[in-house]
Amino acid sequence: MRKKIFAVLVAAGALVFALSLAACSPAGGGASSGAGAASGDATSGGGVVLAYNTEPQTNLIPSMVNEVGGGNILELIFEGLTRYDVDGSTKLAIAESITTTDDGKTWNVKIKEGKKFSDGSPLTVQNFVDAWNWGANPENGALSGEFFMAIEGYPEVDEEGNLVGTFDGLSGLEVVSDTEFNITLNEADPEFDKQLGYSAFYPLPTGSLDSPEALEAQGTKPVSNGPYVLQAWDHNEKIELVPNPEYDGDIPAKNAGLTFKMYTDDSAAYNDLLAGNLDVLDSIPADAMSTFKDDLGERAINQDGAVYQFFTIPYYLEHFADDEEGRLRRQAISMAFDRQEICDTLFNGTRTPATDFVAAVIPGHSDSIAGNEVLQYNPEKAKELWAQANAISDWGNSTFKIAYNADSSAHKEWVEAVLNQVGQTLEISAEPEAYAQFSELRNDATNGTMKSALRGGWQADYPSAYNFMGPIYRLNAGANDSRYNNPEFEKVLLEARSQQDEAARTEGYAKAQEILMRDLPAIPLWGQNALGGYSEHVDNVVVNWKTVPVYQDIVKK
Amino acid sequence: MKRYVGRRLLQLIPVFFGATFLIFAMVYALPGDPIAALGGDKGLPPAVRAAIEREYHLDQPLLIQYLYYLKGIFTFDFGMTFSGRPVVEVMADAFPWTLKLALMAIVFESVFGILFGVFAGLRRGGVFDSTVLVLSLFLIAIPVFVIGFLLQFIIGVKLGWLPVTVDQSMSFKSMLMPAIVLGAVSFAYILRLTRTEVAENATADYVRTATAKGLSRPKVVVRHILRNSLIPVITFIGADLGALMGGAIVTEGIFNIPGVGGTMYKAIFQGEAATVVSFTTILVLVYIFTSLIVDLLYAALDPRIRYE
Repeated sequence: MRKKIFAVLVAAGALVFALSLAACSPAGGGASSGAGAASGDATSGGGVVLAYNTEPQTNLIPSMVNEVGGGNILELIFEGLTRYDVDGSTKLAIAESITTTDDGKTWNVKIKEGKKFSDGSPLTVQNFVDAWNWGANPENGALSGEFFMAIEGYPEVDEEGNLVGTFDGLSGLEVVSDTEFNITLNEADPEFDKQLGYSAFYPLPTGSLDSPEALEAQGTKPVSNGPYVLQAWDHNEKIELVPNPEYDGDIPAKNAGLTFKMYTDDSAAYNDLLAGNLDVLDSIPADAMSTFKDDLGERAINQDGAVYQFFTIPYYLEHFADDEEGRLRRQAISMAFDRQEICDTLFNGTRTPATDFVAAVIPGHSDSIAGNEVLQYNPEKAKELWAQANAISDWGNSTFKIAYNADSSAHKEWVEAVLNQVGQTLEISAEPEAYAQFSELRNDATNGTMKSALRGGWQADYPSAYNFMGPIYRLNAGANDSRYNNPEFEKVLLEARSQQDEAARTEGYAKAQEILMRDLPAIPLWGQNALGGYSEHVDNVVVNWKTVPVYQDIVKK
Repeated sequence: MKRYVGRRLLQLIPVFFGATFLIFAMVYALPGDPIAALGGDKGLPPAVRAAIEREYHLDQPLLIQYLYYLKGIFTFDFGMTFSGRPVVEVMADAFPWTLKLALMAIVFESVFGILFGVFAGLRRGGVFDSTVLVLSLFLIAIPVFVIGFLLQFIIGVKLGWLPVTVDQSMSFKSMLMPAIVLGAVSFAYILRLTRTEVAENATADYVRTATAKGLSRPKVVVRHILRNSLIPVITFIGADLGALMGGAIVTEGIFNIPGVGGTMYKAIFQGEAATVVSFTTILVLVYIFTSLIVDLLYAALDPRIRYE
């Protein structure tokens, strides 16, 4: 009897366990059948590609989106006046022609006839104008609203950020007919057409901005004009895109659809990729950096990318003012650490040392800018320059610091590595300064209250060298954390931008970069490579200039 | 009994106000500027910034912000996230996941923990006892993310027996591994707790009396030993439900579960008071209810305990 009760208990336990295992036996078929099971109903068409994404942080209204989770989706479901090719060159999309007669102050845009939204409604220039006016209206809180600041009539604000007067549309937008409109800018910008492919400039269907309800509907299940249309959005779980039947543009979908699975952690996504439950992953988790090339073989992606990193030493810091001493110290620090070594050892060759101020995939990037030897490791020269600076004003026992945000695990290690080398080379004390949150760091940087140097990163919005200089080094630019103020640079940069000829423009940008090499308002570090991988179930995975896979070209085997 | 339950339920009111206000104040006191973070490296135009601040009442002092929030709650409006989704929707998305995960973990840890604990406790010092003691020590000592990653890699990626991450239908199959990982540590505690209690009660006088009266062994074990041994175990399980619901961040991350833990973690970092406070309030309520149920269960298990 005594034995029996235990036998019963154990048997019951074993049964429960056996049942739970039995319940999962369908997955026992291994990795390949797991893929079919995981995608469930989505794969019934056979050619649906499963891709990685993060949950969009806003509704999918083009001017509202300012992060990649939403941007990835927008770029597949909408098409703008222009679009970017794989290599970053700008092509006409909805636009028939975009012309300027006065070096880029006023633009005339004609769009192709017969273009339609996914619900069949016609696409006219009014759809662009209305969408832009909505994005430019500060009352709407569009996070990408700054893209409209270049257009004449962008609303003015007082010191507290309140609107001066009322805003009833950008005066720089003038509709000529259903297929033609004119744009007037605040200042001449011959590259304005390049910006027009950015997602903030996408059109919105008629009526979608009329009421909060219509806007909500458009933002959660957009009517769109791109190669795909959004079929379902299960928040935090997945977004399903299917080919748009009304699309007749140049980049049609070559698969039966795309299902983006939402992840909060790319480690989980990476394991899904290894098990065959995910087809495309455009990110590699930190813990797999050293193994992903072996794990994935030729299905690993590791190539030059559009994300560019640097650190900034603000001019308002002691010893780093806009004078000879500041310049010498910046150059000394830049030459005091070995970028190549850190890229190789710390990042396993997944980053590439910077040779200029522009990411490697952007037209205008160069490894032969005059003066770029300041980006080379040269301890003797660094010591020499540092000593010269000390002769002007003694460094004493001060500590050199670089601030980073600790809420991302991506920065601590390299900041420490750079500071170690700088400290050793220059024989000074050098320490990291950790901010708990990115927003705290941005706050101090924006208010000009930093007490140390700070890390920074930049990703291109549109493929132009200007986009890596204007927004960061021009006097009143939003991301000018160093408070760099050099009229000579500004003049050369704007002159370069106003060149009609591509070659002349590139040459001009190189001249502007020469000035930056001398002043080092930011100290270039490295470009972040485009990393990722894909499964055995898909083919033709190519990564574009923005380090995003060209999803519409991926085919399912 | 009724009065006791009534009194306990009345306690909810001050706890509700206290918890919401405290958490609201703490989120308010968090360093950093949530709106600046929305803009990323680029920053927002000042007018856009001002418009967003007005929309979320961020330009108001703490107390006013809190009153706005309370006013919303009493009309079942839990506010909006910075991404413009109603918090109610976010909760409706996240809680089912976490609830299912926590319940599965609780069932797993209770069934196996008590079963193994009884078996080990009755045969103290035996082979089974020693084995599960070592096993449970391992489970307690190894951090949960190590267990999670190991299981995920071996069972999910290499062997392909169970899905690597959960699927959208919340299937039992895909939730099994996360539930086991989540319940692993508590399983070890329940096992050890049950084992000690059973071993101690097995030699108690009333057990000897029961056996002497001629009761069968199964009756003695289930009615006398187990019933008395379960009181501390039930307390633990009740408290654990609350902990599992809010504290599953690590497990949720590993298995890509869009549950409460991960959502709150993100909301705290973004300084989204409405989301953090709403989620925490629900968790506090869950915690209060489970502890009430646990207290009532005491009376059922031990006739000596009565509530007035």
